[in-house]
Amino acid sequence: MEQLKTIGRELAMGSQGGFGQSKEFLDLVKSIGESRSKAEEDRIVLSEIDILKRKLLEPDVPKRKMKEYIIRLVYIEMLGHDASFGYIHAVKMTHDDNLLLKRTGYLAVTLFLDEDHDLIILIVNTIQKDLRSDNYLVVCAALNAVCRLINEETIPAVLPQVVDLLNHGKEAVRKKAIMALHRFHRKSPSSVSHLVSNFRRKLCDSDPGVMGATLCPLFDLISEDVASYKDLVSSFVGILKQVTERKLPKSYDYHQMPAPFIQIKLLKIMALLSSGDKSASEMMYMVLGDLFRKCDSSTNIGNAILYECIRCISCIIPSPKLLEDAAEAISKFLKSDSHNLKYMGIDGLGRLIKISSDIAEQHQLAVIDCLEDPDDTLKRKTFELLYKMTKSSNVEVIVDRMIDYMISINDNHYKTEIASRCVELAEQFAPSNQWFIQIMNKVFEHAGDLVNIKVAHNLMRLIAEGFGEDDDDADNKLRLSAVESYLQIISEPKLPSLFLQVISWVLGEYGTADGKYSASYISGKLCDVADAYSSDETVKGYAVTALMKIYAFEIASWRKVDVLPECQSLIEELLASHSTDLQQRAYELQALLALDARAVESILPLDASCEDIEVDKDLSFLNGYIQQAIESGAQPYVSERERSGGMFETTDYHSQDHHEVTSHALRFEAYELPKPSVPSQASAALVPVPEPSYYSEPHQPISTSSSVSERESSEIKLRLDGVKQKWGRPSYQSSTSASSSTPPQAANGTSIRSDGGGVASSSSSKPRSSYESKKPEIDPEKQRLAASLFGGSSSSSRSDRKSSSGGHKPAKGTANKPATVPKENPIPVPDLLDFDEPTGTSDVAATDPFKELEGLMESSSQDGGGSTDVMGLYSTDASAPVKTTTSVDSLLSELSDSSRGTYHQSQTTKGPNSKEALEKDALVRQMGVNPTSQNPTLFKDLLG
Amino acid sequence: MIKAVMMMNTQGKPRLAKFYDFLPVEKQQELIRGVFSVLSSRPENVSNFLEIDSLFGPDSRLVYKHYATLYFVLVFDGSENELAMLDLIQVLVETLDKCFSNVCELDIVFNYSKMHTVLDEIVFGGQVLETRSDEIMKAVEEISKLEAASNSISLVPKSVSGWRGGR
Repeated sequence: MEQLKTIGRELAMGSQGGFGQSKEFLDLVKSIGESRSKAEEDRIVLSEIDILKRKLLEPDVPKRKMKEYIIRLVYIEMLGHDASFGYIHAVKMTHDDNLLLKRTGYLAVTLFLDEDHDLIILIVNTIQKDLRSDNYLVVCAALNAVCRLINEETIPAVLPQVVDLLNHGKEAVRKKAIMALHRFHRKSPSSVSHLVSNFRRKLCDSDPGVMGATLCPLFDLISEDVASYKDLVSSFVGILKQVTERKLPKSYDYHQMPAPFIQIKLLKIMALLSSGDKSASEMMYMVLGDLFRKCDSSTNIGNAILYECIRCISCIIPSPKLLEDAAEAISKFLKSDSHNLKYMGIDGLGRLIKISSDIAEQHQLAVIDCLEDPDDTLKRKTFELLYKMTKSSNVEVIVDRMIDYMISINDNHYKTEIASRCVELAEQFAPSNQWFIQIMNKVFEHAGDLVNIKVAHNLMRLIAEGFGEDDDDADNKLRLSAVESYLQIISEPKLPSLFLQVISWVLGEYGTADGKYSASYISGKLCDVADAYSSDETVKGYAVTALMKIYAFEIASWRKVDVLPECQSLIEELLASHSTDLQQRAYELQALLALDARAVESILPLDASCEDIEVDKDLSFLNGYIQQAIESGAQPYVSERERSGGMFETTDYHSQDHHEVTSHALRFEAYELPKPSVPSQASAALVPVPEPSYYSEPHQPISTSSSVSERESSEIKLRLDGVKQKWGRPSYQSSTSASSSTPPQAANGTSIRSDGGGVASSSSSKPRSSYESKKPEIDPEKQRLAASLFGGSSSSSRSDRKSSSGGHKPAKGTANKPATVPKENPIPVPDLLDFDEPTGTSDVAATDPFKELEGLMESSSQDGGGSTDVMGLYSTDASAPVKTTTSVDSLLSELSDSSRGTYHQSQTTKGPNSKEALEKDALVRQMGVNPTSQNPTLFKDLLG
Repeated sequence: MIKAVMMMNTQGKPRLAKFYDFLPVEKQQELIRGVFSVLSSRPENVSNFLEIDSLFGPDSRLVYKHYATLYFVLVFDGSENELAMLDLIQVLVETLDKCFSNVCELDIVFNYSKMHTVLDEIVFGGQVLETRSDEIMKAVEEISKLEAASNSISLVPKSVSGWRGGR
């Protein structure tokens, strides 16, 4: 009776096909649709969960009801609520014999459970049974579940059945079995490695759909291991050729294109196989050329294939003719009104520019239009293109644009990306050092919290090192300009922490170096920083250390030091700071002020941040101390290898190790001390794991931004060598510091050096070598682009300026080369586009490419026909494997005409039935699902 | 590979969500909300593509199409073609349109399991399986027929006792 009622309601609802739901479900959906707030929705769902919990526990729930409950559970979970209380019922339902219930059960479990869920074990048996079912729909449902629910351990349980299904009578099952096998391969390649040959075999399946499905796993396999599939190139070319020649049954046409999804997959595979392989590339010249001619660029799917061709050409070694075709397709994309096509055009341009750099030249205006477009996606794609085509001649304009855009967006993820790109481009192509510093300032100012700390270290290193040239004047000028720019910026509110660290460091090192600014002026500024950002201990630490350097330089040059009152109060405040790091810095500063000039000079020599420090790794300076300790009864050090018997645990090791240096017991104790004050620090300092970083040395500040600063990074470095300060601090404080304050100061001094020094030494090795390795790929092309783009235009003053200011890095020697080429502003400046463009394409295709291809055509077509008999099976008129072009053309036109006719027909029959639509619309409103448009034919645009 | 298929209405209510790699419910919700907030801020007449690394990890793209009150969303990685994915949405919608003759949001809400049936015929384990909407329709109809048949045979006499027997 209940069921009858339900069916009656379904009929009233007008929903089709036996999938209908009961009144309760409709009510649930309706009330959720009408809910005005998230809270209201949650309330409805929670009460629904209560109802379901109760109902599921009732005895003798009729199956039909149970199915409905399960669907409701799925719905609830989709809305983001936990439905795990009902999972077991879904699992039970998969055991049912009734197909409808079984499928519902499978649907629910595939949505509910992940492959490692405990309940899976209850399903595996059912799946095994269902895979052997006579009913292919049951088999399909089981395969569906296999894809989702079988993990590495359970693969062997179903593998034999799935392999058997590869030869099932129904093509739908064969397809799904291949996909399931593919899924296994993704999850655990080793478990199916012996079955990989099946994929090759299934490529020759009699059903094109199965063949198409096989392309998915083959794509994965080939991308992992190109070499062992090279033999398939001719087969793939043959298949693609036959597809484009419409040898497939007509049902595979989509919008008048023959099997476009198969074509796309084939093109992707061919791109993989022929990448950098001349002979394989040549095999596909003809079919690619055909595609460019045949593709209907008025449909979306036709353009999809065209784009895929462009992508393929950018991977293989193309012929000049193909490049021309691709360029033409791109220009069509870019000229189109559709944003989608513009996007694809920009993307294609970015790909082709690697091969033929002069291709972008004719599209300058289009590119600039895209850059101005309100569409964010398009804009970002265009920035990606610009990033790819940046060179020293256009870096300024491009980076300026990027920074403007960076400032305008709020999306932190992308902001980070574009900031790092700006930095990368600036580091690589900076025309002058001043410009570089300006750009870095902007990046820090607007995205300082997002950029990697290594960028800051790079900048500090750059300022400290000069630029690898022995021109002290230039270096000093640069430092002065940096100091000046920072003094301007420093008073702006709300600067990012990282930027302030850089500013403090530079002001400390070089603020007074030039004599232009007095110590009291700089130190006043530094005090302001420490005051204004009093919650940021890292910045404060940097500021105090900078103050210390300023005073040290003053003392060392025998000037009288006036400690500003605000400075004095800052020091006093920090002496009582909760942060031991700040406290120590303050104590050190105080101690330093009491020393005489010579002592200070050896602690903090002027401009010595680049000096390398010598580290005595054998700790020979401690020999006397150890000797003394052993004489007084201490145990000698037992090396780790000797201790490997497992007698000592790590803590023992540490305590013993430490015991040698001091009489303190636990090394960890000293380490934890500073932390309790600020909880967030604890984790940072307790886990002194250096991040995997750009440099050879570890960068503690990355992980401990809250309290650790430049000095600590050096401590981490020094920890290896045993001169560490924090780890050994108790010893200093208890014994050494009592006798004299010099040793810790000295350690401090060296550690500051070492910071700069460490960075400096790494700078001369790693980053530079990476630039150098990068250069050869990028530069020649870019130079050519520069020459072809801007050749003949008036030369700018930039080259002069650059030569005077000197290269930014030694690696820039190569980047400087384009300076000899007269250059003008790069592409993205509209007003410069009026310049006469040199004809870039004149040198292409001196010989007739078709002539060249004719020879190829014969061989490859024979090849295709011979090696892939496969397609002959699909086509109804397989008797003539290779037709002459004219007959194919005429056939083509016939085919397309007729198919077009049918298309129109179907359109008219499918056209909106306004009465039905109106009813539906009314229902929608009634159900509280508010349509935004007044148009009753809701999907009118569907067929447009 | 296709990572996810979503349908949501213009108020951000999910109507169908399928993720081809398992994700916990909370994460799914977060992604759905994230996608909606991006989509709802897109102006009219712009491209249908989005690079969505911030939500789905590196090299993730998203293609969406806005029909009346619904967004159809596909999320996939670099091994798929954006324009083709746009057409896949078209295939899906055309199929649904055939299924429900003039499909609307309500059909999708109330025919939840049928929606999944259709989708499973098109995308299987994250790979495109079938793009001919006639074939998809055939398969779906066959399933419905068989389900209806198995229902009418088993429902009245067997269902209750069968269920009891099963326990």
